Amino acid sequence: MILEGKAWIFGDDIDTDAIIPARYLNTHDPEELARHCMEDADPEFASKVSRGDFIVAGKNFGCGSSREHAPISIKAAGVGGIIAVSFARIFFRNAMNIGLPIWECPEAVQAIQKGDSIKVDVEKGAIELPQKGYTFQATPLPEFIQQLIVNGGLVNYVRLKLGKEAL
Amino acid sequence: MGQTMVQKILARGAGKKSVEPGEIVNTKIDLCLGNDITAPVAISEFNRMGAETVFNTSRVALVPDHFTPNKDINTAKQVQIMREFAEKHRIKYYYEIGKMGVEHALLPEEGLALPGEIIIGADSHTCTYGALGAFATGVGSTDLAAAMALGEAWFKVPPAIKFEYNGKLPEWVGGKDLILYTIGEIGVDGALYRAMEFSGPAMEEMSLEGRLSMSNMAIEAGAKCGYMEPDGKVLEYAASRAAREYEPVYGDRDAEYENTFRFEVSNLEPQVAFPHKPSNVKPVSKAQEVHIHQSVIGSCTNGRIEDLRQAAGVLRGNKVHPSLRLIVIPATQEVYSQALKEGLLEIFMEAGAAVSTPTCGPCLGGHMGILAPGEKAVATTNRNFVGRMGDPQSEVYLSSPAVAAASAVAGYIIHPGEVAK
Repeated sequence: MILEGKAWIFGDDIDTDAIIPARYLNTHDPEELARHCMEDADPEFASKVSRGDFIVAGKNFGCGSSREHAPISIKAAGVGGIIAVSFARIFFRNAMNIGLPIWECPEAVQAIQKGDSIKVDVEKGAIELPQKGYTFQATPLPEFIQQLIVNGGLVNYVRLKLGKEAL
Repeated sequence: MGQTMVQKILARGAGKKSVEPGEIVNTKIDLCLGNDITAPVAISEFNRMGAETVFNTSRVALVPDHFTPNKDINTAKQVQIMREFAEKHRIKYYYEIGKMGVEHALLPEEGLALPGEIIIGADSHTCTYGALGAFATGVGSTDLAAAMALGEAWFKVPPAIKFEYNGKLPEWVGGKDLILYTIGEIGVDGALYRAMEFSGPAMEEMSLEGRLSMSNMAIEAGAKCGYMEPDGKVLEYAASRAAREYEPVYGDRDAEYENTFRFEVSNLEPQVAFPHKPSNVKPVSKAQEVHIHQSVIGSCTNGRIEDLRQAAGVLRGNKVHPSLRLIVIPATQEVYSQALKEGLLEIFMEAGAAVSTPTCGPCLGGHMGILAPGEKAVATTNRNFVGRMGDPQSEVYLSSPAVAAASAVAGYIIHPGEVAK
């Protein structure tokens, strides 16, 4: 699968309160959460992001609260994926579990500027910047997690274990 | 090469002799936990998984503590989802308002977080139970759903970093100060994906409450867990409260650590984390120009009885400064009741504080003390991110209960020794 979109740049240590502030956690409706996505980091993001765009961030993206509402809001806002130097571990798990593609790739983060076009080959973890002529290789995911993604995330993993058909 | 306590707990849970850092293991879990923000999402995922029953009705805890007693109709609906799920699936450990407490203060009291156990919670501060010798870590809602359905979870075995605290803690300096100091030294991703092991003479001396505060904030350094091997204090506490059988686990003498930090703590001052990161830490003597509008004492970090005793010790005979609000939130009904018996609540009220029923409330900017633009709060909570306690233009300074109480009297952040009578 190939994903294409433009880059939105964020800094280091973007916490899940910035991604989706607790004042909006009185619901778990993805569309409602999407309206406030990244609000305390960039109040214009939710209204200006286009389907398929990428979030590009520094280290420790998604630190803080375990709220799955954070990756849910990003996914529902139409973001194609996140490229970061590193991810906080609960956010990493949550993104994998709900099928939001994320890649760790410090070199790509360094090269990407606001608005750059990005093309990602999801299976290979190859991040291409067509205008600049660069291609970067993201850190490969552990085998178990690749399998989890292939099987359609944790919901389907559990369904198969319970003897049910995948959704 | 030997193994750490965490490696041994995970190995036991996975039915293996040993596990290596980086290895992914599937383990049974002893308890899984959700709250009124995370459980509703987990319940909808649980249903999508096609699960008909929870794996064990006495291994799931559901605690409506974040927006409760409910602040509005939407949050009431969230708790309604939880309550109906708990009834339908006969969840033994659902805590209704009146019995409810802040989850990470409540579960240890209830004997539901025990040495040697594997506990996951859809709340990042689940790492608190490491102070009791458990492997405990925060996960998301889908992980909670899977755990409720299967009774198991996957983990990447974390490498460990050892923190050794030498010397004797001075008066007014405790667990909260030590963990803030530590995060200040290593940064908010200083222990990313790692297990933090707390050890040394200052830890051995420390009360359980102080240790729980430390493990609680391991996540603020990015850690997967923060723990101390169970000693006599832990074993005594666990034995007096345990809701089930448990078996403590201890690391090997030759366990491998990625790194070791040694801190001499005898001259440590009370610590304050400035906005907007828990790692932006300074000693209290460097914070005296910070005038505040609100002081909050409570939360899963510092809402336990020792915390309230410390605050009362500072507030006794003092008045809250007329320019600010002091809000005291005992973390559980048991803490509330004990504080009542000891006369602590009277001290708070005479000083001019508001005392609330248990709730996470203001810590996450939920309710019960939200900040307006430009306002500053000192709080015994765990996070000072932008907008954490209210408006994105407000500020939160993290401290111990003693510093928060003293600052409420002075009107600005101050060393408790300068205020206590």
